[in-house]
Amino acid sequence: MPSSREIRNKIKSVKNTQKITRAMEMVAASKMRKAQDRMKKARPYGEKIRNVAAHMSNASVEYRHPFLISRDSVKRVGIIVVTSDKGLCGGLNTNVLRRALNEIRTWETEGNHVDACCIGNKGLGFMSRLGTQVISQVTGLGDAPNMERLIGAVKVVLDAYTEGQLDRVYIFYNRFINTMKQMPVMEQLLPLTDDRISSEDGEARPTRAPWDYIYEPEAKPVIDDIMVRYIEALVYQAVAENMASEQSARMVAMKAASDNAGNLIDELTLIYNKSRQAAITKELSEIVGGAAAV
Amino acid sequence: MGTIFHLDIVSAEESIYSGPAEFIVAPAVMGEVGIFPQHTPMLTRIKSGVVRVKAPLQDDEEVYVSGGMLEVQPDVVTILADTAVRGKDLDEAKALEAKRKAEEIMKNKISEIEYARAQAELIEATAQLAAIQKLRKRGH
Repeated sequence: MPSSREIRNKIKSVKNTQKITRAMEMVAASKMRKAQDRMKKARPYGEKIRNVAAHMSNASVEYRHPFLISRDSVKRVGIIVVTSDKGLCGGLNTNVLRRALNEIRTWETEGNHVDACCIGNKGLGFMSRLGTQVISQVTGLGDAPNMERLIGAVKVVLDAYTEGQLDRVYIFYNRFINTMKQMPVMEQLLPLTDDRISSEDGEARPTRAPWDYIYEPEAKPVIDDIMVRYIEALVYQAVAENMASEQSARMVAMKAASDNAGNLIDELTLIYNKSRQAAITKELSEIVGGAAAV
Repeated sequence: MGTIFHLDIVSAEESIYSGPAEFIVAPAVMGEVGIFPQHTPMLTRIKSGVVRVKAPLQDDEEVYVSGGMLEVQPDVVTILADTAVRGKDLDEAKALEAKRKAEEIMKNKISEIEYARAQAELIEATAQLAAIQKLRKRGH
């Protein structure tokens, strides 16, 4: 049986760990609320721009944007992988990366080349270990998804798509379902699928005579701008969801860790008391034995 | 109907204004545009500036936007405001930055692999050397 001093040290160290996990749990809980707020605030923009895209697809536009045209042969696939920068959030990153890995394997066996854009440190590390070509990256986003910092990384992917270096683009992230549940998902970003450009409420526009917008200054640049912003909004939304997922996953993971530490402390205390009792009993019997000998 | 329209001003980070309006003035790239209800559909870029909103039974409201897009439908007007400062060159620079960082990491990774390979070769070579020396000792 280990000495009582050893056990006491062990208990102390577990208690310290528990303090840390409990603090992290509380920090994550307060950040989670903010992250969820941000996620909800980002929604109207996504909806509005989607409506505009839907109107545009209804209008008899003379110019069809490349993002809307699906290509027959797919040779190169682009993926945007959204992960967190930090760990200690349960299986969150592992799940989404496993999902991505499965897809990458399938594409590679089909002979497709895969280019990755990594948002978040964990995904970046994983992709470079895997040997996947990383064409752009953003890390260290902090607690708020920052549009300013996302633009560059997304533009690299969009440019590659427009130039024909990528034939399809997918995005991987954790969808926030509720505090206890996050789901790793894969969504097709490019070419834009029909359900992404029909308006959310499925409103059937009264069939009017063919109409089109007045564009200022010209159709092409305006439509280009809208499309780029739409994709950016989708990526932004994904990042915001992933951040909310990250904080809630961390909160749950840290809660489990604190609980486990509590259990461990209980068990160790029991062992400690037992060993203390044994020592006392031993000492007593020695004294009694000694007295009897005299 | 007919005298008001619904106005939404949204940015990626939040919804800035949502409600009825009688008339707005927005800084479009080709010059300021004033929009009344039942305007013909229009799509344009806007510069950074102030959007003046005349809401029914209220004083004029002024909302600052740092550029974005303006969509006009007869009953609905949407302003998609940019949160980031945009510009063709600026976006380009950001893209290059993101690309460069990624390339740097790829390069580092290759050097890491090379380092690991060199290390493995070194270990093998030293092992061979040791074996040869042992053999020599035994055989004299």
